[in-house]
Amino acid sequence: MTVESSALYDVPGPKALARHRLYGWLALLVIAAVVGWVVYMLFHTQQFTYQKWTPFQYKGVQELLLRGLGNTLKAFGWTVLFALPFGALFAAGRLSDHRAVRWVCTLVVEFFRAMPLLVMIFFIFVALKAPPMWALVAGLTLYNGSVLAEVFRAGVLAVPKGQKEAAYALGLRKTQVMAYVLVPQANRAMLPTIVSQLVVALKDTSLGFLITYEEFLHAGKLIATNLDYDLPFIPVVMVIAPVYIGMCLLLSWFAKWLERRGRRDPKVKGGAPVAPAGLTPDPQG
Amino acid sequence: MHVLTDNWSAYWHGFLGTLWLTLVSAALALVLGVVVAGFRVSPVKPLRAFGTGWVTVLRNTPLTLLFFIVVLGLPRFDITLPFFTFAVLALGCYTSAFVCETLRSGVNTVPVGQGEAARSLGLTFTQTLGLVVLPQAYRAVVAPLGSVMIALAKNTAIAGSFSVVELLGTYRTLNELGYGIVWTFVWIAVGYLVLTLAISALFNLLERRVAVSR
Repeated sequence: MTVESSALYDVPGPKALARHRLYGWLALLVIAAVVGWVVYMLFHTQQFTYQKWTPFQYKGVQELLLRGLGNTLKAFGWTVLFALPFGALFAAGRLSDHRAVRWVCTLVVEFFRAMPLLVMIFFIFVALKAPPMWALVAGLTLYNGSVLAEVFRAGVLAVPKGQKEAAYALGLRKTQVMAYVLVPQANRAMLPTIVSQLVVALKDTSLGFLITYEEFLHAGKLIATNLDYDLPFIPVVMVIAPVYIGMCLLLSWFAKWLERRGRRDPKVKGGAPVAPAGLTPDPQG
Repeated sequence: MHVLTDNWSAYWHGFLGTLWLTLVSAALALVLGVVVAGFRVSPVKPLRAFGTGWVTVLRNTPLTLLFFIVVLGLPRFDITLPFFTFAVLALGCYTSAFVCETLRSGVNTVPVGQGEAARSLGLTFTQTLGLVVLPQAYRAVVAPLGSVMIALAKNTAIAGSFSVVELLGTYRTLNELGYGIVWTFVWIAVGYLVLTLAISALFNLLERRVAVSR
């Protein structure tokens, strides 16, 4: 048995093991009871009737869902495409030698990080009258780009000082130091954090639902509120939720894999410290 | 300025709604988060598995989807509650996963030697936990918990679209009354800034209080 934090308790002896087993069975019983209740409720409220599940066989419904999923991925793709350069630009701005540039960039980044994403999306949608998709993409870009700017900045600052000094001593110019020395080294440490931030962006594309962007959740809602299909709300959730969670999980796992790979790489050992503390953003959005 | 003064009651109402929603959800998230974190560090395997599952699923669920499921899904199970309670459930459960991870990594920052030393001094489990491990974990937890709470305050904006009175929702009323949309949003933004800055100041204070040189 692998115990993650053994600061809390000793390696259990035979008596403690027996007790833990008892607790284990009790816990299983409770969990099984809860699951059983949910399944009972699902049957009790007739969520598995033929009428509620047939819509998913219709070609139109399938296409509607796929189109929704496509729109979700499209918004995500645009966001990634815009947010990364935005982040790089403002990170560079915050690291600039010119005080004015630094201040402006700090102000922009801090403001967009402090604002609820939904407020920005609504502002762009309602006040600037942007079409839903571009309102969503713009909001996501501003927020995630600002968070990414902080990630980039922290990554570049975490490269040991000697690297920069050595590069200047070799006669490289400011831009060259950044592009050839600092960024490539920071990149390796930042990659997992960047990907986890992209998970946040992917999750937040669902906010498009609230401004009537025709994304995955919107497609689900259309089917769920259809009287002809007997309001198949729970079936729709059972189809949509695993897809959403699955996509985010895959991306999360990718981030974790990148992190493990970065830590394992022998080239990194003894070189630049990887993933410095305080670099992880809150993946909460 | 007159947008704010003319509609002070609407803004104040919305602001209180957001504040209240944040406080109640934070309470739920903290309680749930502590329980699930306890599960995740416990020696009982099914509880650990449950904790891991809870955190993994909730961290990878879009909050809008969670709202969608809770607000529109639970009524299908004949569970009808006020919208406010639904919103608290969604926000609290979602945030509890992040609280749990913060607490767990806080406990993990306490060196194993501390627990071993405490036990070899003859402290019981409760004493080890309460006198040695948790006070040290607490220090490492305060700052990240602050960011989790700020994110929670920002996330409450979603509740407005699910029939809960909160700050962002005030734009609809004001928009219908014909007020300038830009200024409407400026004051909404100020409201959120006040809230997030207050939380951040509170946690800074806490952090300074518990800070010791280690």
